[in-house]
Amino acid sequence: MGPTEPASLPVVAQLAEASRLGDRSATARLLSLVERGGDLADEVASATHSHTGEAHVVGITGAPGSGKSTITNSLTTLLAEAGKRPAVLAVDPSSPLTGGAILGDRVRMNDASGVGVFIRSMATRGHAGGLALAVPGAIRVLDAAGFNPVVIETVGVGQVEVDITDAADTTIVVVAPGWGDAVQANKAGLLEVADLFVVNKADRPGATDVSRDLELMLDLSTVPGRVGTERPSITMTTATEGEGIGELATAVAGHLELLSQGVELDRRRETRRIAEVRAHLDYLLGGAAEEVLATERLEPVQAFESPMMVARRLARRLAGQLLG
Amino acid sequence: MDDSHSTLSGIPLLPVYGEGPLPGEYPYTRGVHADMYRSRLWTMRMFAGFGTATDTNGRFKELLRSGSTGLSTAFDMPTLMGRDSDHPWSLGEVGRAGVAVDTVEDMADLFSDIDLGGVSTSMTINGPAAILLAMYMVVAEQGGVDRSRLAGTLQNDILKEYQAQKEYIFPPRPSVRLVTDVIRFTAAEMPRWNPVSVSGYHIREAGSTAVQELAFTLANGFAYIESAVAAGLNVDAFAPRLSFFFNSHVDFFEEIGKFRAARRIWARWLRDRYGAVDERSLKLRFHTQTAGVSLTAQQPDTNIARVALQALAGVLGGTQSLHTDSHDEALALPSEEAARTALRTQQVIAHETGVTAVADPLGGSAYVEWITDEVERRAEEVFSHLDEIGGGSILEGVYEGIQSGWFMGEIAESAYRFEREVNSGERIMVGVNAFTEGNDSSGTELLRVSQETEDDQCARLATVRSERDSEAVAGSLGRVVADATDPDVNLMPSLIAAVEARTTVGEIVEALEGVFGSYVETAVV
Amino acid sequence: MVDTGLPIRIVLAKLGFDGHDRGLKVVARMLRDAGMEVVYLGLRQTTDSVIKAVEQEDADVVGISMHNAGHLTLGPMIVAALDEAGLDVPVVIGGIVPDVDLPDLEAAGVAAVLGPGAPVDEVVSTVRAVAGLDGPN
Repeated sequence: MGPTEPASLPVVAQLAEASRLGDRSATARLLSLVERGGDLADEVASATHSHTGEAHVVGITGAPGSGKSTITNSLTTLLAEAGKRPAVLAVDPSSPLTGGAILGDRVRMNDASGVGVFIRSMATRGHAGGLALAVPGAIRVLDAAGFNPVVIETVGVGQVEVDITDAADTTIVVVAPGWGDAVQANKAGLLEVADLFVVNKADRPGATDVSRDLELMLDLSTVPGRVGTERPSITMTTATEGEGIGELATAVAGHLELLSQGVELDRRRETRRIAEVRAHLDYLLGGAAEEVLATERLEPVQAFESPMMVARRLARRLAGQLLG
Repeated sequence: MDDSHSTLSGIPLLPVYGEGPLPGEYPYTRGVHADMYRSRLWTMRMFAGFGTATDTNGRFKELLRSGSTGLSTAFDMPTLMGRDSDHPWSLGEVGRAGVAVDTVEDMADLFSDIDLGGVSTSMTINGPAAILLAMYMVVAEQGGVDRSRLAGTLQNDILKEYQAQKEYIFPPRPSVRLVTDVIRFTAAEMPRWNPVSVSGYHIREAGSTAVQELAFTLANGFAYIESAVAAGLNVDAFAPRLSFFFNSHVDFFEEIGKFRAARRIWARWLRDRYGAVDERSLKLRFHTQTAGVSLTAQQPDTNIARVALQALAGVLGGTQSLHTDSHDEALALPSEEAARTALRTQQVIAHETGVTAVADPLGGSAYVEWITDEVERRAEEVFSHLDEIGGGSILEGVYEGIQSGWFMGEIAESAYRFEREVNSGERIMVGVNAFTEGNDSSGTELLRVSQETEDDQCARLATVRSERDSEAVAGSLGRVVADATDPDVNLMPSLIAAVEARTTVGEIVEALEGVFGSYVETAVV
Repeated sequence: MVDTGLPIRIVLAKLGFDGHDRGLKVVARMLRDAGMEVVYLGLRQTTDSVIKAVEQEDADVVGISMHNAGHLTLGPMIVAALDEAGLDVPVVIGGIVPDVDLPDLEAAGVAAVLGPGAPVDEVVSTVRAVAGLDGPN
C-alpha cells in the first residue's frame, strides 16, 4: 500500500525490471516512489535512467475548460489503436490548504483507458521535493517502461510548479472560443511556448475568430515558435467528436521529425537535464538552508546585525558544511 | 359538500380571503384556479415500479383499489438509460429500482387489465422518453383506446439530466430535438397528454437550494419553449400542456414561497417574453414529490412526520398533484405497507385538516409574501446570467451552462455546504446529528428484488427476439436512422413503427446513437 | 503500519448506469479536505476501468458508490476482479445497503460500508482505517 509500506533498494531494482517487462503495477509503484521523493526516488532514477531516451515527450496545456483532457483522450486513443504504447501523466493542482486533491482527468479518458493507454494522475503538492523533481522522474519511469509517447497534461504555464516546456519535447497549447482564447493565451505567456496550437471546439461560433487571432499574433510576434524560424501550426479540432485528431497526430509526429533533423532535440533534452539538475540543486540547498536556520538561534537583541548580514553569515556556514 | 366549507366549530368559510389579485387571476401567485381544492383535490399520484412488468401491474391495481387516481411509473435503470435487460451493464440493475421494459410486450403486461382511457398515467423517463410514449400509445390503441383519449404525463425533461440526474444518452442538442418532436406530436394528436414535465425535483435531490431548483427548472422550461417556437409551433399551441414537477423539502415557508414564485415568474415570462395570449399558457401547473433526500435511514418512522409536513407545504403552495414518499425509502424500495401509509398521509391532509376549504390560505402573510418575492428576485438573477451567456437566448444559455459545467458546479457547491452544516452540527437533522437515542433500522421490513427477476426478464426478452420478424425490425431501424438524419422530420412516426415491430428500446437507442452520438459529461466535482 | 505522512490515494467510482452522484461528489470533497488524493472516475464505470485505475494510480483504497440495490451483485464482483488482477486494495461501498446485507458483503471481502448521510468523521476515519492508518489524524 502506497502510504504505509516502506520499500527497500532491492525492491526498487526488482520493480524497475518488472516495469520494463510490462508489469503495470510495478510501473505504478515506481511512480509512487518518485512522487515521494528522497532517497528512494533517487534509487528509482538510477534504476531507470539507462533505459530512457526513446519516448517522445509531449506536453498539452491550456486554460481550464479548453478541452485538454478530451484531446489527450482522443489523441492517445488514436495512437494506441495505431499500435503505439502511449502513457499519460495528468497533473492537477492540490488544495493549498489541506494538501488534498481531486484528480478528475480520468473521467474524460475512458476511451484511452479502454484501449490500454497507461494513465497516471499526479497532484501538484504533497510530494517531498516538489513537482519539478517528480515530473522528470515520472517521465523517466514511463520512458523506461517502454511507453511512447509520454503525454503530460497540465493546467498551464505559471500555474503549477513546473513549466511544461521544461519537461516536454513538443508543447501543444490548446485554445477554444470563450475558454482561454487567443488573447488570454497571449497574456498567459502561452504563445511563446507553443510548438503546435490546437483550436478546440471548432464546431462552435467564434472558433475561426480564435484561429485568425492566433495567426495575427504570430505575425506580430518576435518569438515565432520555439524552433528557430519554424512557425507553430494551428490544428482545428472538435475533440468530443474526434474531429481533427488525425491531423493533430500528424502534426505531433511531424514536429518530432523536425526536431530530430537537426540538433534541436538534443538541445532541448540538454536544457531539460539542466533544469532538472537545477531543481535538485534548489532542493538540496533549500533543505540545507532550512537545517542551518533551524539550528541558529536568531537573537532579536542583536540589532547591529541586519537580516542580510545574518544571511551572509549563515551562507558561509552552509558553504563550509556542504564542502566539508 | 357545503358542510366541508366550515370549520369544525361550524364557522362558515368563504372560498378565499384577502385582496386581489386573487387565485385564478394573473399572475396566479395565489393559485391557478379560483376556488382551488374546493372544486377539485390534487391528484394523489403514487410512484410505483419494480421487477417485471407483471409485478408492477399488480402494484398498480392495488394502488387503484386504495383510492389512487393516477398511475406513476418508475422504470429501472437500464430502461432509463435506453439499454436492454441483457446489456452487460444491466447486470444487477434489472427491475431493481423500477420496472424493466424492453419491448412493447412488456408495456402491454404493465398495463394489462387497466382501462387506459380512464386513468392518467405518468411515466418517469427522459433519454428514451419518445420510445416509451410510442409503446404506451401502441398498447392503448391495440386495446381499442384512441391516442386522442390518452391522459398522462411524460417526464421527457432531458436538460435537467445533464445538470443533475445524469440519465442522458445523446448530446444536448439532438436530445432537445427529440423532446421537441414529442411536443409537436402531442400538440397535434394527443390533446390530453403533457409532453414534458419540467422537473426541478432531481436538481434539488442532487443538492441544489430551493432557489436553484426553481431557477434552473424554469430556465429549462423557457428553453423548451424557445426550441418548440423555433421548430415552428405557436407558443399557445403547446405551452398549456407543459407541466412542472417540484420537490417539497423541509424548509416549510421557503418551499411555499418557491411554489408561489414559480407561478408568478412563469406567467410573466410567458406573457411578456414569449407572447403567449392564451390564459392556459400562463398557468403553471405542477406535481410535487416530498424530498427523498431528506429521509433518514436512522429512525425511519420519523420520516412519516417529515413527509406529512412536506406534503402540507406542497398543498399550501397549490400543487395539482402529489406523491408522498414512503418512510422506508432511505433503506430500500418502498414496501407496500409503507406506500399505503404515505398515501394515507395525503388523505389526512385532504379530508381531515380543512386546509382545502380556502384557496391559498397563507396569502397575505407578511412573511409568506416577502419570502415569495425574495425567492423570485434571486431566481431572476439566475435568468439574467443565463440570458447573458446565451447571448439573449435562454436555450443557448442553458446549453452553455451545461457544456461549461456551471449548473453542476453550483449544485455541487450547495450540496457540500449542506453536508458541512450537518456535520458541524450547525444544522440539526433529527435522528442523524441530534436526538439519536433509539437509532435502529433492523425492525423495518424491506422489499427485496431477487436476481431471478433479472433472469426472468432476460429470458422473456430472448423469447420476443426469437419470435419477431427480424426483417421488419431491421427495416424499422433503417427508417429511424433515416428520419434522425433529417432534423426537420418528426421522429415519432418511425418510433411508433419500430416499437410495433417489437424492436427493443436498446436497439432503437443504439440506432439513434449512430446518428446523434453519445454524451460524456464535463466532470465537475 | 507506519504512517509516512503521504496522502492516501483513493479511487472513487460508480458502477453501471446509476446516475446519482451527489453522494460520490460530497465524499470526494470530504476526502480532499481531509488531505487525501482522490482519483475521481465518476459515472458509468465498468469493473475493467476501475481495476485499471486502481492499478495505474497505485491506489490505497477504492470506493464504489451504488444506490440501486445492486450491491449484492456488484460489490462481490469488484472484490473478485481486484483479486484476480493481483491487487490487494480494500473496497469501501457507499450507498443504501440494508443491515441484513452487511454479513454477505463482509464475507465477500468488502472492507467497509458507508450509509447515506454518513458524517465526515466516519467517512474519513473509515477510509483511513481500511488503508491501514488507524486512529485520529
